[in-house]
This record gives sequence, C-alpha cells and structure tokens, in this order.
Amino acid sequence: MSQPELQLEDSIPATTDLPMEHYKTLASYIGGLEDKKGSLINVLHKAQELFGYLPKEVQLFIARKLDMPAAKVFGVVSFYSYFTTEPVGKYTISICMGTACFVRGAEKVLEEFKKELDIENGETTKDGLFTMKDVRCIGACGLAPVVFLDDQVFGHVTVDGVREILKKYRKEHEHAD
Amino acid sequence: MEMINVKINESYTQVPEGTTILQAASKCGVHLPTLCHMDLKEFGITNNASSCRVCMVEVKGRPSLVASCSELVKDGMVVTTDSLRAIKARRMSVELLLSNHPKDCLICPKNLECDLQSLAQELGIREIKWEGAQMNHEKDQSSYSLVKDLNKCIMCRRCETMCNEVQTCGILSGVNRGFDAYVGPAFNLPMADTSCTFCGQCVAVCPTGALTEVNNTNLVWRALSNKKKHVIVQVAPAIRVAIGELFGMEPGEISTGKIASALRRMGFDAVFDTDFAADLTILEEASELVHRITHQGKLPILTSCCPAWVKFFEHQFPDMLDIPSTCKSPQIMFGAIAKSYYAEKNNLDPQDITVVSIMPCLAKKAEAKRQELTKDENSNVDIVITTRGFAEMMKEAGIDFANLEDQPFDSLMGESTGASVIFGTTGGVIEAAVRTAYEWITGETLEDVEFKNLRGLEGIREATVTIGDMDLKIGIAHELGNARKMLEDIRDGKSHYHAIEIMACPGGCIGGGGQPYHHGDMNIIKKRQAALYLEDQGKKKRKSHENQEVNRLYQEFLGKPYGEKAHDLLHTHYVPRERI
Repeated sequence: MSQPELQLEDSIPATTDLPMEHYKTLASYIGGLEDKKGSLINVLHKAQELFGYLPKEVQLFIARKLDMPAAKVFGVVSFYSYFTTEPVGKYTISICMGTACFVRGAEKVLEEFKKELDIENGETTKDGLFTMKDVRCIGACGLAPVVFLDDQVFGHVTVDGVREILKKYRKEHEHAD
Repeated sequence: MEMINVKINESYTQVPEGTTILQAASKCGVHLPTLCHMDLKEFGITNNASSCRVCMVEVKGRPSLVASCSELVKDGMVVTTDSLRAIKARRMSVELLLSNHPKDCLICPKNLECDLQSLAQELGIREIKWEGAQMNHEKDQSSYSLVKDLNKCIMCRRCETMCNEVQTCGILSGVNRGFDAYVGPAFNLPMADTSCTFCGQCVAVCPTGALTEVNNTNLVWRALSNKKKHVIVQVAPAIRVAIGELFGMEPGEISTGKIASALRRMGFDAVFDTDFAADLTILEEASELVHRITHQGKLPILTSCCPAWVKFFEHQFPDMLDIPSTCKSPQIMFGAIAKSYYAEKNNLDPQDITVVSIMPCLAKKAEAKRQELTKDENSNVDIVITTRGFAEMMKEAGIDFANLEDQPFDSLMGESTGASVIFGTTGGVIEAAVRTAYEWITGETLEDVEFKNLRGLEGIREATVTIGDMDLKIGIAHELGNARKMLEDIRDGKSHYHAIEIMACPGGCIGGGGQPYHHGDMNIIKKRQAALYLEDQGKKKRKSHENQEVNRLYQEFLGKPYGEKAHDLLHTHYVPRERI
C-alpha cells in the first residue's frame, strides 16, 4: 500500500534480452488497472500475449508491479496449463491422446511428429516454428486420431499424414516471410 | 448474536451463528480428529485449508460427507460423527495421506512429535491398503536454519498461512496442481536464495517432518570431545521457561538452575547466560536511544535483537536501514566478548574457543553465519542449537533433567538481572531499556520497575512512559505482519513513536521456532510469558546497569558504553537485500 511507487527500470532486470517495448506496454496496462491485486490472471494473460511466454524475469516484473510475492505469481503460473514459462513456437501442435484417439493410433502419430521435428513431447523446434504437446480428449472422437494445429483441426491423421501437415505449415511460414 | 439449534449424534445444543460443526461437536464433548486445521485463537491465527479431509462427518440430507472444520452449523442441522460411514471416510483420508508418505517414522526428526503419526495411531490404522506413486522431491538443505523435505508434505498449507498471512513474507506458495502440487518458493529456488527470514514459524506449525530445523547437535558433541577446544555455552532467556516441557514438567516451570547443572554435566568448560549479554545490549541500546534523542538523531529507534526481524527489514524495507539500532543481538555480543575479553582473561587463543548457543530460534542459526558478524574467519558464535536440540542431547546423555539440582552460572559472563530475563517475551526488551534509560535520564532511582502498560500479548501495543519532563512514546509489535504495519506508518510519516520493539515470533522468543512444539495450544506460550515475569520478580537486581559483571567488562575492557571499542565489538550494519 505504502510501498514507494516503483519506476519501470526498478522492476526490469539490469540485462534483458526481452523487448523493452513489451515491458512498457505491460507496465501501462497494469497502471490502468483499478484493482491491481485482483487482476493477476489478466496481467499474466496480457504478458504472455506480449512476450509469448512467462520467463522468471517477467514473473518478477509482474510481482513487483502488483506488489505481490513472487511465489504467488509463480504459483498461479504453474497451476494453469495455459501459461508457459518456455518460449513456444509459431505453431502449436496438440495431439489428442484421449481413449478414442489412442486406440486409433495417436501414439504412432505422436512418435512420427517427434521423429520429423526431432524434439520431445512438450518441446519447441530449434527454428522456433513448432511446439508439440499431447492433450487429453478434446471431444472430437469421431475424427480420431485428432491433431490440432493452433485452432485448425486435422482428423483421421495417419503416420504419412504427419509429413503432409508439416509441409503445409512450413510452406505457409515461408510465404508469410 | 443469534443462537441456532443443532443435533450432534444424540446431543442437542445451541450455538451462535457462525460456529463450525467442529466447534459445536467439541461443545457436546465429541472429539473429531483434525490435521490441516489450525486455530491459534489467542493470536488470531487460523488455517482453514480444509484440505486433509480427516474431520469428515455426515449431515442429514446431504448426499456427501462434509469437512467439519470449515462447515458452518445451520439451524436444525443433524450431524452424525460416529456412523460407520463417517468413521470409514475419516480413516480412508488418513490412509490416502499415508499411501504416498515415506514411512520412515523411526528415524524421522519429527518422530513422536508428528501430528500425522498421532492421527494414524488415534484412528487405529494398521495397514495401508493403497500403494501408489511416491513423491520424489529433492530435500532442500540450502540454508543454515531450515530443512524442507517435501516428500513428507501433506499440503495442509499451515506454513503458507504463517509465512503469508501472519509474517507477510510471502516466500511459500502452492505450486503446480494435482499429484505434482507442492508448497515452495518462487521458481522453486533454494530457501537460502529467497527473502526467507528463517523465523521458523513454518517449522513451528508443520504437522509432519516436511519442515524441520538444521540439527547441529552432533557438532556440539564433537566439539565437547575435542580436547584442544575450550567449549563454552550460552543459554537464551526463553529456554528456561520452556525446556521442562520436554521432560514432563508443566509449561512455564522455571528451570534456570537445572539448565546450568545439565550443561556442566555435559562437559562444557564454562556455562554462561545470554542474559548477561542481554544486559550488555541494554547498556548499548539505551545509550544509543539517549544519544539519538539528545543529538536530534533519527527516531524512532527500532530494536535489533531478533535476527528474523533484521532480515525482514533488509528485504522488505531496504530504504529504511538507518532506523534500527546498530546493536548486535545478545547472542552475537556474547560471542564477540567471549572471543576477546573472555579469551584475554583466561589466557586463551580465541581460535581455541568454541562458543555454543542454545536458542529458542532458527534464525539465530543463520544469524551466527552472517559474514559481517564473524571476525578473522572465526565466527563469534560457532554452533547454534535450539531448545529442542538441547533436550535431545540431554536425553542422549541420560540426564534426568526434571530431578537435577539447581546450580548457578559461571561468573564473568553469567550474571543477569531481571531486565535481561524478560528479553524472551514481547515487550520485555523495551521494558528493560526503559528501566535503564529512566535512571540515566532523570538521575533518580526507579522504584517501581514494572511497566505493566508495556506487557501483554496483543500484536501491536503502544504506551507512553513519562521520564522526567519527557513523554517517551513506545510501540511494540510481535509477528512480522504487525511489524510491517509499524514500518509502513513510519515510511508514511504517520508514526509518532520514539522507540519500537519488534520480535518476529508470536509472543516473542517464548514462541520461537526452536521451542518445544506447542501443537496448537497457545496457553503454553502464555505460561512461558508469565514465568519470565515471575523470574524477573524474584531477582534482587532488576535493572541492566546494575549487572556487576557487565560493569566490570566496561571498566576493565570496553571503556564507555557506546564508546569506540564498544562500537567495534558490539555494533553492526545492515545491507539492502532483494525481495523474492
């Protein structure tokens, strides 16, 4: 309450590789909040939207700005699977491992993605293009096995289909550049 | 207040609105087991996690069982606590807690002090029906004070309540979810790298062996058996009114003389009293107070005896490091004098002296390792053990503590006044300082030394003491959350005190993190407090400046209080620290 008002610089680590303008945007977003302490989750959403993920220094920045223990911020970040403390790729591949998808070969699909991308489940490719993770049933059992790529649904995915999907998105990425 | 009717098993009773089923059952003489629940009434501290589910009861008309610790009684409620369904559910809750609990009770530091162990016994659990995944956290032994063994954590969240709500340190939080959930600091940092004050109140309330202390008793045994070492010991004031509890004595029984006997039996070369150093602290602190008042120095002055409090303000109020007294704590002053004056008097090389402290506190262990408090790589205080550790050692040595004869402390650093005895309770340090400051400022003899308006157990107290033509305004806080309020008032320019005493633990050192476990009974703390005032009453000398050994120390060695040599040996400085 009577904590002296922190300057922007006070809360940013002395050396940071993260873009300063994101810190500024986040600080002004927090500055505009009426109930700072009650807005932790909104602030975390905003921060993840800006930085793409929530590394330790961003969590500390938020803790200081909201005058809240860092442990509490970390507790909330770790509780919700939506928040990530690691950078994620441009595209997130979610492979459904629910019962229906599993019996229809989801594991083979997952293995194929791992092989093609040369990463483990939950990791991001070196070029920063793809993050891969398994998810529980997403309720599209009729299309099993199902893979999500961001909000695009792919049904009846086969091992051969994996390469097709990746090709499509690599192409899209090249065109975007 | 509106009274409502409730039926518990076969008894009908009336309770005020807002009463829990647990409280109503207790009123009817029905005992329900609890584990996560904690209600330290006198201190206004409650933990209402309702996470352990061992207090489940049946409520007529409700399809599922309810947790009696948090469910409020409603008018006309019919509660059954002793049905087979309720008994089985409570037992199953404990069995599930035990299913992934390491069952190494025989060698656990909390053996026979563990609430989970007592509960398993109380509910007659003789087998664990479920075998499931086991937690596999690494033990955190990074600090000098605490050991965190999360594999023994039952997620009761009592430590979080103490750390966040009572002490407002905010080190511990629930992390992750489901089976992977645990209680820990931000980014799972080692405790040593956080702004933990090591007050040890998390340890004081942990029901299992998840949070315990760093045990240094083996180091003491090793020092005592080392022929080359001259091993001396000091005992803090709060020990003498608490240690008896671990030997079947009543809480609050005074055992000062027995402590001296026991330590001598254990083989210490000299048996001294931290009270001596407490009197010394008062001479320095009262001098500093008088100096600040007469030289328009910074006011209020804040006491600096409590190392958890010192670490708290370094982390939480790094912009205000010029307010606290620069006096070292009595424990550290004792070490400094032992390695200089005592060494000189006894023709000893300070390197050959080992100073052991027996403290009611876990923060004292970390304090003794603070770099600026050690000289020439020799810590002023070498080994710190707690009240509990001391009792453990006596049991190992086969000492029948309760039946020991009374013996005095050794002289040179063993004399104490009533003023130093009350250092162990909230309000005691400032009362001791006032007794001395009064006589110094007025030049008159203080006839009635008891300042009742400084006593009590309220979290924040204030009083005005008239000294000559001056009204000295005094503030007192115990528990760090209350200290925070006082500090914020100072920062906001709202404070009007001359002097403030702060202690981190509930009740002061009598409720310290190294004391015998209170298991939720805060009457024990009250009895320890009463005993300290009783011991003070029985003393012939009750003002610190009447301590002859302290006066001799100044005449022969230190020179004037607050003088140059005293500054060198007895004062310190503080460093701003990060908050994480």
